[in-house]
Amino acid sequence: MKPVLEVRELVKQYPGVRAVNGVSFSIEPGVCFGLLGPNGAGKTTTVEMMEGITVPTSGEVLYCGEPLGERFRAEAGIQFQKTALQDFLTVRETLQLFRRLYSRGREVDELIPLCALEQIADRDNRKLSGGQLQRLLLAIALVNDPQVLFLDEPTTGLDPQARHNFWDLIRTIKREGRTVLLTTHYMEEAYFLCDVIAIMDRGRIIAEGPPSRLLKEHFEDVVLELPREDFRGDPSDFPLPVLIADDRVEISTADVERALQALLDRGVPLKHLKIRPRDLEDLFLELTGRELRT
Amino acid sequence: MNLRRLLAIWHARNLEFLRDRSTLVFNFLFPLALVIAFAVIFGSGSQDLFKIGVVTPPGLNLDAGLHPFLDTRHVDFYRVEAADIDSAVRKVERHQADLLLDLRGDPHYWINEDSPKGYLAEKLLLESADDKAERQPVTGAAVRYVDWLLPGVLGMNMMFSCLFGVGYVVVRYRKSGFLRRLSATPVTAAEFGAAQILSRLVLTISVTSLIYGVLALLVPFRNEGHVLVLLVIAVIGAMSMIAFGFMMAARIASEELANGVINLASWPMMLLSGVWFSLEGAPSWLQQAARVLPLTQMLEAARAVMLDGAGLVQVWPQLGWLAVMTILFLAIAATGFRWRPD
Repeated sequence: MKPVLEVRELVKQYPGVRAVNGVSFSIEPGVCFGLLGPNGAGKTTTVEMMEGITVPTSGEVLYCGEPLGERFRAEAGIQFQKTALQDFLTVRETLQLFRRLYSRGREVDELIPLCALEQIADRDNRKLSGGQLQRLLLAIALVNDPQVLFLDEPTTGLDPQARHNFWDLIRTIKREGRTVLLTTHYMEEAYFLCDVIAIMDRGRIIAEGPPSRLLKEHFEDVVLELPREDFRGDPSDFPLPVLIADDRVEISTADVERALQALLDRGVPLKHLKIRPRDLEDLFLELTGRELRT
Repeated sequence: MNLRRLLAIWHARNLEFLRDRSTLVFNFLFPLALVIAFAVIFGSGSQDLFKIGVVTPPGLNLDAGLHPFLDTRHVDFYRVEAADIDSAVRKVERHQADLLLDLRGDPHYWINEDSPKGYLAEKLLLESADDKAERQPVTGAAVRYVDWLLPGVLGMNMMFSCLFGVGYVVVRYRKSGFLRRLSATPVTAAEFGAAQILSRLVLTISVTSLIYGVLALLVPFRNEGHVLVLLVIAVIGAMSMIAFGFMMAARIASEELANGVINLASWPMMLLSGVWFSLEGAPSWLQQAARVLPLTQMLEAARAVMLDGAGLVQVWPQLGWLAVMTILFLAIAATGFRWRPD
């Protein structure tokens, strides 16, 4: 099957900085593809080149095998990270405006319940909360019944409840068989929604694949977590590597029995012990490094 | 060009304009208040001086030695150059001057037979000297300052509405990212531009017509020409200024800069296009320069219709110039237009 979107050797050079440095990947139909990376990794620049908003310095973007054009603009739904809408319009009028810009799509009366906008349909769009605005922007991205949906950090700044509501919405849309490209820096979000992820750092893709496969490839160990005050003795004497965080101690090992035995030998109470598998957060930090970057 | 998309943006922009109550009220009330205030101030005819133009022989000053009449008190005598006699006569016709006296050779004078002040000024002139001067009667109804000012104020209001209503708004859309959002839809720049231009054209013509109607009821003013000719002038004039605003907004992404640039464009028009006063006495290079401005052309045409009863044929040169400027501004806007701020 032909990929819906294909990116080949994409480069974006800004004065003094190469924001995107030779990125290639493809997205199969019906897949939710997650693009992850720290701030400044080149995610948004990559996505904007794929949306046809930014012109690449070199490389190409293909939609259903063709360069981006009129067909792409008619069939793509885009939710920008930040966008302003026209003032003095209600939620419903804003949707009607965007609906009329496309020759085919979903009716506004269908989108309002889909994106849980019933309560605020007649409210001025400047008077929406963060979560309400994101739901409206998602509804706008859906007005043309898109074949491919771009979501650029759609839940940044939302409270946990609003974020979970938004995830439910995206899962509903995924079930309709749509192709989705999602950028996020919430690993939980990527794990929850994405079938395939690509991790970007400094303008390049450094890992790509289904989240569970990537985790299996990079980690054989699990993490034992203990409250800091429960861990007794000198960590350097411990037979396994120990990481000390503010309030807890993390021991990573592939041999859980041996680690437990070592802890019992030291008389460490195991009442608050947690054993967790490696998650995307660990993978992300392992691959992109732990130092702070702006 | 897709009409459905154009109309969608047009409709949304109209809603935004009509719901922005404070701006709407200002757009409407400001010119209304201005014209009424000037009608009250200048409409009562409270000036007690006679105003008399005098053409002197070359090299001589205005003094009583020239003619005993010039010794009369409470009369504002002003000197008229021989070359400007035609416009000085027109002032007599419009009651802007009470009498025009030509002292080159045998004295002769122009007098408006419909003007009571002209009648008195003539009496004073005839009393002052034994030898008779030759009488050249003209006729015409009085042109009050408010008659002259009204097209200026309406034109100025249209200018601000067109320049800011399109220029500033497009820049705001660009800065806020709304234009970027639209660029991700099938809308073309031509559709977006046409929608903005048509929206502002319809709104500014409606508001101006409404003000014109209200003023006609409140302060009856002079209109010698046909109101439809005025409408044509207003439409073509507004188009040129909207296009001017759109051109200035084609790529600017800062509201502060847009504000500065639009002010820079509108103040010369405020002062030099003859909104408040005529440039008659100004150096001729300045008058010529002012005629490049779209508002000058629009006001010239509107005053020719309202004060002198001109028809479309007489104002054709002004309309042609406005149309040429509209096309030029739109062409520049089309080549420079940007969706994104950077």
